[in-house]
Amino acid sequence: MTAVDVGYRRVMLGALPVRTRSIVAGAAVLAGVVVLSVLSLGWGTYPVAPDAVIRTLLGAGDALDTTVVVGWRLPRVLAAVTLGALLAIAGALFQTVTRNPLASPDILGLSNGAFTGMLLTLVLVSTSWPARAVGALIGCLVASVLIWFLSYRGGVQGFRLIVVGIGVSAMLASLNTWMLLRIELETAMFASAWGHGTLNGVTGEALGGVLLCAAPFAVAAFALVPALRQLELGDDMAAASGVRPHLVRTLALLTGVVLVAAATAVAGPIAFVALAAPQIARRLARTPSLSLTLSALVGALLLLGSDAIAQHVLPVTLPVGVVTVSVGGAYLIVMIVTEIRRRV
Amino acid sequence: MSDPSRLEARSVSLAYDGTTIVPELSVAVPPGSFTVIIGPNACGKSTLLRGLSRLLAPAAGSVVLDGRDISSYPAKEVARRLGLLPQSALAPDGITVADLVGRGRYPHTSLLRQWSSADEIAVHEALDATGTAELSARPVDALSGGQRQRVWVAMVLAQQTDLLLLDEPTTYLDVAHQVELMELFAELNARGRTVVAVLHDLNHAARYASHIIAMRDGRIVAEGAPRDVITSERVEAVYGLPNVVIDDPVTGGPLVVPLRGGAFAERAAAAATGLEA
Repeated sequence: MTAVDVGYRRVMLGALPVRTRSIVAGAAVLAGVVVLSVLSLGWGTYPVAPDAVIRTLLGAGDALDTTVVVGWRLPRVLAAVTLGALLAIAGALFQTVTRNPLASPDILGLSNGAFTGMLLTLVLVSTSWPARAVGALIGCLVASVLIWFLSYRGGVQGFRLIVVGIGVSAMLASLNTWMLLRIELETAMFASAWGHGTLNGVTGEALGGVLLCAAPFAVAAFALVPALRQLELGDDMAAASGVRPHLVRTLALLTGVVLVAAATAVAGPIAFVALAAPQIARRLARTPSLSLTLSALVGALLLLGSDAIAQHVLPVTLPVGVVTVSVGGAYLIVMIVTEIRRRV
Repeated sequence: MSDPSRLEARSVSLAYDGTTIVPELSVAVPPGSFTVIIGPNACGKSTLLRGLSRLLAPAAGSVVLDGRDISSYPAKEVARRLGLLPQSALAPDGITVADLVGRGRYPHTSLLRQWSSADEIAVHEALDATGTAELSARPVDALSGGQRQRVWVAMVLAQQTDLLLLDEPTTYLDVAHQVELMELFAELNARGRTVVAVLHDLNHAARYASHIIAMRDGRIVAEGAPRDVITSERVEAVYGLPNVVIDDPVTGGPLVVPLRGGAFAERAAAAATGLEA
């Protein structure tokens, strides 16, 4: 046996064969996340220079800087990074299982379903974050079961799933708007802040609590990756290599549902991150199959960047969801146009 | 041939959506054999292969792998003993040959043990055995049909199973590539693997198989060495195809030559009435 050369350069990273290009892309996106986080922590009506931000984060800043950077801005930046990553992982799971780049949880109406659950909880139960999170999870699960049954015809096929999902999504969105109009003004104002997805008023406590609950599912998503890669070879081939296709698909979708519910519980239904991040990651790495790590990093960068635009670039402060919708809409048009060009 | 069979079906009924395709069938794959399953379209031969490889759970009866019911094994354990090349395998867009063949190592990995030098070696051996080593960096979608099929075989070989099940592995290939693949399977068989293949080409079956199973309407019509199974009468009974069987000028084995023209029409009509009766 000659030297190990399987045709492309394998880089042994934690005993996993990873392509060099993926690593370079991952490092670049990670650097982008770090730089943008530091800049975001410094931006605002009380600007802090990047070197002061880093000093403050290391515990050597002055009292005012510490209050502003760690107390006020850090939860928001952490929320953008972690929720962006969670949404991207959920999107990657859905797109891989359905083999369709359009089948992401936000398009299918799961984010809106989670928000419906959250609104009902706000009105009927309590405004505390654990109640919100449970409500979001139940709403998300109910929406996904509803979409599944409505698109089931002796098996679920990708295209029908998407059409049904878009329909359910629109219905849930109008239900959400109707509820916001009908409920008490005080609750409505509290709730409507989340209507488009926003990181305004994210507290460290709520974020930490929800992330703690979501963490095992994020780990589960990574554990499912090898089996999901086998599924890309077709159900028969996957089954012949020791995967149980139905089990893996169900687990992956359930994991995706929980991650979307978690993100929605903290920040409301943020659109397009779950849709766009995995596809951008795939194009960056030029890998034929999904990369959860790179998707998560791209998702973090997308939401962080969108939030920076929402807060600082535009003349009025907008909910971050409005920016992701615009950015995502542009992306969606580009994707559809290139897809049409490829087909014609 | 006193060794026990490693893979056998015991009174297995196989059905899709309640429609029974294969009723109560018992068959044992002779150890070390190159077994070929033949039969007309829709005779249940691919269904039998799916049943034998656990892709399709039997409605009744059991499939026994190495002395135990195949459904009692963990999924990965089955995949370490038995490799299957289905007809429906999909190559993800842009995947390279090496990457695809590497996927064959899945049953040997776990969450804690992801990729080792043993996997690397297995991939190399599979590429070498199928003559695809020089293609390893190429994207699979850029290959010819024959090359692509050899790459899929390499992927199944990387599973390192000594039982190899192949569902119509030569369909859609030109005759040269078909022969090339059959030679490859014969070589793998000669090196100790038990090979079970569903084939359409009777003459390939006759030339390469050591054991032939002929099926019709979900039942086994005949089973045994090519010389005993491939006879003119039986080919006509199984396929309804009038023919003569002559000696293969190269191997001396049976060679099926279909009839044509008047003789064909006459005997086909006779065969049809015979079947109806």
